[in-house]
Amino acid sequence: MKILVCVKQVASLDEEFELGGDGLSVDPEFVEWELNEWDSFALEAALRLREQIGASGDEVVVATVGAEVAEDGLLGCLARGADRAVRVWDESLASADVLVVARVLAAVARREQPDLVLCGVQSSDAVNGATGTALAGLLALRRVAVVKRIEPEPEGRALVVERELEGGLLERLRVKLPALLTVQTGIFEPRYATLRAIKQAREKPLERLGPGELGLSPEELSGHAGARLVALRPPERGEGAQLLDGSADRIAARILELVRERVG
Amino acid sequence: MAGGVLVLAEARRGELREVSLELLALGRELADSAGLELRAALVDSEPERFVGQLAATGLTEVLLVRAPTAHFEAHVWEQALAAMIEQERPSLVLLGQTIDSLGFAAAVAARLGLGFASDVTGARFIDGALYVTRGAYGEKLIAELAFPDRECTLLTVRAGIFAAAPVDGSRPPVREVSLELADASATEHLGFVEVAESDVDITKAEFLLSIGRGVEDAENIPRFERLAERLGATLSVSRPLVDAGWMPAARQVGQSGKTVRPRVYLAMGISGAVQHLAGMRQADLIIAVNSDPEAPIFSVAHYGAVADMFEVADALEALLD
Repeated sequence: MKILVCVKQVASLDEEFELGGDGLSVDPEFVEWELNEWDSFALEAALRLREQIGASGDEVVVATVGAEVAEDGLLGCLARGADRAVRVWDESLASADVLVVARVLAAVARREQPDLVLCGVQSSDAVNGATGTALAGLLALRRVAVVKRIEPEPEGRALVVERELEGGLLERLRVKLPALLTVQTGIFEPRYATLRAIKQAREKPLERLGPGELGLSPEELSGHAGARLVALRPPERGEGAQLLDGSADRIAARILELVRERVG
Repeated sequence: MAGGVLVLAEARRGELREVSLELLALGRELADSAGLELRAALVDSEPERFVGQLAATGLTEVLLVRAPTAHFEAHVWEQALAAMIEQERPSLVLLGQTIDSLGFAAAVAARLGLGFASDVTGARFIDGALYVTRGAYGEKLIAELAFPDRECTLLTVRAGIFAAAPVDGSRPPVREVSLELADASATEHLGFVEVAESDVDITKAEFLLSIGRGVEDAENIPRFERLAERLGATLSVSRPLVDAGWMPAARQVGQSGKTVRPRVYLAMGISGAVQHLAGMRQADLIIAVNSDPEAPIFSVAHYGAVADMFEVADALEALLD
């Protein structure tokens, strides 16, 4: 079974930050990058499925749409057990929104022809929850979103999965392969890479492609954006929380006072 | 209906979900401001059972689509929504940012080349052009988005942001839209699984002490269990502690856990992801302790302390001695 895992390097901002000159992004100096937490679970699910099914010829490929900062995340995936990585980028993708990213990933998937595509449910910075499902739509692929459990059927041609609904309810479904799943956190405990594996990750294939090499023109891509970013601003802080300050003792005393006013 | 606003309502296991009425309220506001008609649509195996509950003032029509499956099925809903958009030609489609929508809304937008934004927290028309707001960089910033040159835009709207539209028993005209959905289903429903019931019902507690990622280690949980007991509180947790297997799911507050409304919610070491806030923002009194002054939990808290949760826990224990 060939599994394609789509990952993203997400931005987390320093406590204090400034916008870049265009006003539509944060100055990179204040941004730290890491692999999206949900994608880490998607990779783990792929590695476990491979171990469970254990057929020869199985392959786990990770793909990302991202600038050079995304290579750290890809190397981490390779160190944890992915076989090879694909990174698609050029400057025309700098303002790519979720539908454009899905279109690029669709081109990668058409080239790779996986039996299973795994994506994280959402990314921690953009919180769209849409990339995987948009990708499934473009590929006309069967999909289940927000999956909390995966069991391969013995012949490996279908999966029994549980998707996590609101309020602690799960739905159990059977889906035939090829398919796409968006994977929820907590599905398995993600493994750490050994030091040795981290060193060896650099020897594994990491392919760098421009969208042109996947047959995608910049005009075609930008024409498929779902939305255009016109402004970025700090959230309006309504009343906000009233601050309890001072020492931990003073804070604790105020908390106790507030609690006792309400619940005796 | 070319050019109108279409709200896709949502039901599960025979019950209309609250977000449907929130969408109707937003849809009403947007439709009025731009002089558009507002319609509600419902896809279900027996859609007519919900018409009474969708009877909000000023609906031009309620559209009913009969689903061939007993329960929500992402591919059936995708096909139904795509066909409805092509047939009815709305200029704006509103869905909830719900687990069901996560399975098909973006697929419809991608396939049909629609304008699209997810987890939307605000929307308005300015001179006939649609602008929406949503979080960016993990809610540290707000992004404003536009949709130039789109005939139709699909938005998935965050639940719990807009007040539900009042249902007034008006009788909007109902139209059954017949679509070819018989072969659309692509997964097989095997059943629902309830999370194991526990002896603790956090939705009934008057006072919740809720802890999150800040506890750092499973070994630190017992001291907060003791603290909760001494405070007369029930201990609840945010998602990462359940994901890590440190606490049972029955204790989880948030979208995928329980929605709680205690008189006091004391959050320690919880940053306040959107999904968590959805489950606790209606508490009467919210007190948050977190070492990160930018933590989103402070945006919903009534009182906040930027402090180390362990130091505050120590101080609380000392006061209770």
